[in-house]
Amino acid sequence: MNVWIAIGVTALGCYAVKLLGLLVPAGVLDRPLVKRLAALLPVALLAALTAQQTFADGRVPVLDARAAGLAAAAVALLLRAPFLLVVASAVVVTAGVRAVGA
Amino acid sequence: MAVGLSGFAFGVTSAGSGLTLTQTCALSLLVFTGASQFALVGALAAGGSALAAAAGAFFLGARNAFYGLRLSQLLDLPRVLRPLAAQWVIDETAAVSLAQPTRRSARIGFAVTGLSLYVLWNLTTLLGALGADAIGDTRAWGLDAAGPAVFLALLAPMVKSGTERVVAGLAVLLGLGLLPVLPAGVPVLAASLAAPLVLWVRGRRERVRGEEGR
Repeated sequence: MNVWIAIGVTALGCYAVKLLGLLVPAGVLDRPLVKRLAALLPVALLAALTAQQTFADGRVPVLDARAAGLAAAAVALLLRAPFLLVVASAVVVTAGVRAVGA
Repeated sequence: MAVGLSGFAFGVTSAGSGLTLTQTCALSLLVFTGASQFALVGALAAGGSALAAAAGAFFLGARNAFYGLRLSQLLDLPRVLRPLAAQWVIDETAAVSLAQPTRRSARIGFAVTGLSLYVLWNLTTLLGALGADAIGDTRAWGLDAAGPAVFLALLAPMVKSGTERVVAGLAVLLGLGLLPVLPAGVPVLAASLAAPLVLWVRGRRERVRGEEGR
């Protein structure tokens, strides 16, 4: 039951927030400051998420095989590899580093 | 395909966190925003309360509002279509649509990406949840690196100038530095403050420079 409550609240909240973005009047975006802010917010969020999911286990900072995997993904991105190859290289390198016991 | 991989990873992780097959699939069908789903099952597995877990997932999903802000102007959808389109407002559809040169191609990009990812995400979630037992430890397969790699691949094309680099760097410092201090899910929100902060500092500097030039 606890899990279903969590699922229900999350589903409603996440849908509402998606809809909110679409329903806000277009005029709000005509100001240059709002435009720049809307463009920069995803940069901040994605950077923080990438760092947290790579260098943390829950709330504890850690350095493990995922760091090597992310480095591989970064190299793939620099080489302009397609999306699938970027993600696959992260997965394969992470698994490889763990396999050799690092 | 990368989404397929993360969908699979989510199905496996969710099943491993003790959620039933129905619960796992309900999450992908109804929530349909990967980071929030990963955050929710992670928090539930760690013994977090339903509301605390949902709050963390909600905060992660809040970024979709900002994608929506940009997409509503770009796509200019009729009002009746907006509640339907809303469910597809996610990182990937925003990235694809915003990269299109015209409104027509942005609309096509949004619809095609939205539909194919929705189908793929839900199918691979189901497969992952079913295959969880067969796979065993997802970490041994490196599947926990799929999420951050997806985020990095989405982030890379957005970083075009020094401003974006400073924002990203500051967000990383805030996101990691605040992890041990704030409740789960909140550090990411705090890190998003890097965007207005950098804009404010830049604005001040430009004003000061303008006054010196007089």
